[in-house]
Amino acid sequence: MSRQSNRTTESKKMNSELFTLTYGALVTQLCKDYENDEEVNKQLDKMGYNIGVRLIEDFLARSSVGRCHDFRETADVIAKVAFKMYLGITPSVTNWSPAGDEFSLILESNPLVDFVELPDNHSNLVYSNLLCGVLRGALEMVQMAVDVRFAQDTLRGDNVTEIRMKFIKRIEENLPAGDE
Amino acid sequence: MDVHGQMTVHNLYIFDRNGTCLHYSEWNRKKQAGISKEEEFKLMYGMLFSIRSFVSKMSPLDMKDGFLAFQTSRYKLHYYETPTGVKVVMNTDLGVPNCRDILHQIYSTLYVEYIVKNPLCPLGETLQSELFNSRLESFIRALPFFSARAG
Repeated sequence: MSRQSNRTTESKKMNSELFTLTYGALVTQLCKDYENDEEVNKQLDKMGYNIGVRLIEDFLARSSVGRCHDFRETADVIAKVAFKMYLGITPSVTNWSPAGDEFSLILESNPLVDFVELPDNHSNLVYSNLLCGVLRGALEMVQMAVDVRFAQDTLRGDNVTEIRMKFIKRIEENLPAGDE
Repeated sequence: MDVHGQMTVHNLYIFDRNGTCLHYSEWNRKKQAGISKEEEFKLMYGMLFSIRSFVSKMSPLDMKDGFLAFQTSRYKLHYYETPTGVKVVMNTDLGVPNCRDILHQIYSTLYVEYIVKNPLCPLGETLQSELFNSRLESFIRALPFFSARAG
């Protein structure tokens, strides 16, 4: 069957500066198109969501990861496999809530912001908000509803970049209506 | 089925997480179900849904891969499901061995490559991609147990 698959499992190298600059151009255009930062944040989240619902399929096709048994395993897979695969970084998983339904991803470096400095008139812009949408979209496809937001961001003067993720519920699969 | 000792593939279904049949194709299927294709897809999905939930309820231990295959005196149904709920179902004759890897390849090298990664292909509807259809066709025909004559 190997003759059928000419794809390689190792990730292809691409120029990370081009990626960073492309993302920058995208955010800049959104800032021009929308009146306020909140609206830009919303659009970034929406775009990320649309990426996430497709990216998860690629992730499952490329990694041999199966279904996670609990949220802790999910957190580990996101940090160690997914972030590594798509952004080349491995955030640390910390700050678990006592109930185990909430944790933080601490990003020591964020490839999206390599050349960025936030101007004063965009103090409410969550520059990397696309990532939240990607995570939300991807997890929704594996039956997990989550809330994702930036808790800290080095762009806004914090010491680290922190993405906070909260488990909301499992999405149950239902038979399509009209079936017995 | 394999009166000549040849193995073959009868047909293939791909369902999405909502039960929509994204793709159907057949090769050596001499006898039809006698109902409309829509009805057949619905029955197939309903049965898979029930088997999955039954199998997991009956499992004495936590399930890993879950439902994999069943066979009758005439054919074998191979099943593969991703964590995102994409379901690949292939019916073959009885001589065909475990097809899990093959079904996974259909998902990862065909469905993901030509449908999911094509931003212009809408998800959740019947697939219209000629490219996907032709790649799938040649993938199936190249399988070691595919024989166009048998069945």
